[in-house]
Amino acid sequence: MHDFPLSKRRIILNINSEDVDIYIRAADLLLDTIRESLGLTGSKPGCLNGDCGACTIILDEKPMKSCLMLTLEAEGKKIMTIEGLKNTPIQKAFIEHFAFQCGYCTPGFIMNCHSLIKNQPNADPHTIKEWLQSNICRCTGYQEIETAVLSVLRKDYNK
Amino acid sequence: MIPTDFEYYLPATISEAVHLYRTLKNHGKKPLYYSGGTEIITFLRLHLIETGAVININAIPECRQNNLIGDSLTLGSSLTLTEIEEANVFPLLSAASAGVADHTSRNKITLGGNICGMIFYREAVLPFLLCDSYCMIAGGDGVRKAPINSLFNKSLQLTEGELLVQIITQKRYLDLPFICIKRRQQWETGYPLVTVAALRNGNEIRVAISGLCPFPFRSAKMEADLNNTKLSLEERIELAFRHLPAPILHDVEGSAEYRLFVLKNTLLEIIPKLEAGAIA
Ligand SMILES: Cc1cc2nc3c(=O)[nH]c(=O)nc-3n(C[C@H](O)[C@H](O)[C@H](O)COP(=O)(O)OP(=O)(O)OC[C@H]3O[C@@H](n4cnc5c(N)ncnc54)[C@H](O)[C@@H]3O)c2cc1C
Ligand code: FES
Ligand code: FES
Repeated sequence: MHDFPLSKRRIILNINSEDVDIYIRAADLLLDTIRESLGLTGSKPGCLNGDCGACTIILDEKPMKSCLMLTLEAEGKKIMTIEGLKNTPIQKAFIEHFAFQCGYCTPGFIMNCHSLIKNQPNADPHTIKEWLQSNICRCTGYQEIETAVLSVLRKDYNK
Repeated sequence: MIPTDFEYYLPATISEAVHLYRTLKNHGKKPLYYSGGTEIITFLRLHLIETGAVININAIPECRQNNLIGDSLTLGSSLTLTEIEEANVFPLLSAASAGVADHTSRNKITLGGNICGMIFYREAVLPFLLCDSYCMIAGGDGVRKAPINSLFNKSLQLTEGELLVQIITQKRYLDLPFICIKRRQQWETGYPLVTVAALRNGNEIRVAISGLCPFPFRSAKMEADLNNTKLSLEERIELAFRHLPAPILHDVEGSAEYRLFVLKNTLLEIIPKLEAGAIA
């Protein structure tokens, strides 16, 4: 028999290269665990439907919407949140190119853009557009965000 | 947050999954197969469904298969849409699935979840309807193989507890000329006003449609009219429209009249291109 109810578990999560030992409900969403149990509030709640991308994290190199994922699904995988990125080229580019206004969407955009740069260093314009469509910015700073991504992908890009 | 608790299972075999379903159902748990989980999570959060247990099918090797062996392509139901697009063995399917949601969401949305889900667009089914694919379905009596065109009638007709394991498509269909066009009300992501996937098999044009009605469909009667090359294209489309299923969606995305207008124009664009030759 099980030591504890199947709807609750004790698991190890690897988050920003650190193992953390936590109790969760099977029904817990990764976004809630990251923000509320682990206190990493960089990943933002927005629509909670998968539409806005504010909650985007990187899971085993791929961008994922943490509002559409159970915490249990991240067990055994590497989770990276905005708190785990330190002085990356895309963070610098966002500052240099003023790619944010209120900043609410920024962590999600940065996680998606960082993953794009890592996975598709030679991304063509179609791929860049396709990836960036996963996030919404209510302050409509899309042009600056695209410029920031291009400045990292194309070293000679200077707009 | 999902307010209600449920149990979580991760079976490693098909028979374990099917057996778990039956046992949990007998215990009144209202189990659900969990593939990408995006729809289950959203609907649980909104109290649109309830469950006492989810059965995650991602550890079942058959559900993860992505193999082109001999003359058939086998795609497991828990492959994500981006996994399918990246492998790009079936370009028409890549094109249809690339229109679903957005790139990050497609890292989670799965083939089986899109086709078995309640959100009725189910755009990933269109290529399989056009290619006369087969479904491998697991149930209490083992695994059975069924043609998708008899199994899919508005939705996949599974009996309770059955699991879609794989979809098999003959290799000869994979490289046929095709066009897939998704028209939205606005923007470049979002649900369709109308999505039309079309394929040319010899001289025959096949068409499957999502977004027009509250279910995707392919109609043999419509195809017969669309392929009647003795008539003008406008006449062929007009005749084909007599066989459209009902109801035509009439909602905030677009009125029924507008959807029909968009469908007509999309067919006017697609059919001459497919008749003219290969398009990929
Ligand atoms: C942001 C967003 C945008 C979307 N946009 C589109 C769009 O443009 N076009 C479109 O077509 N759809 C769209 N969808 C809908 C989406 O494709 C479906 O909700 C789909 O169900 C999600 O797949 P999943 O793998 O997450 O399914 P899950 O949530 O795992 O499952 C959905 C349902 O299918 C059942 N199920 C899953 N796998 C199987 C199986 N192998 N056998 C039997 N039953 C099974 C589950 O029990 C559940 O009832 C969108 C969804 C999101 C989140
Ligand atoms: S909060 Fe996750 S996509 Fe909007
Ligand atoms: S900067 Fe305000 S939402 Fe994007």
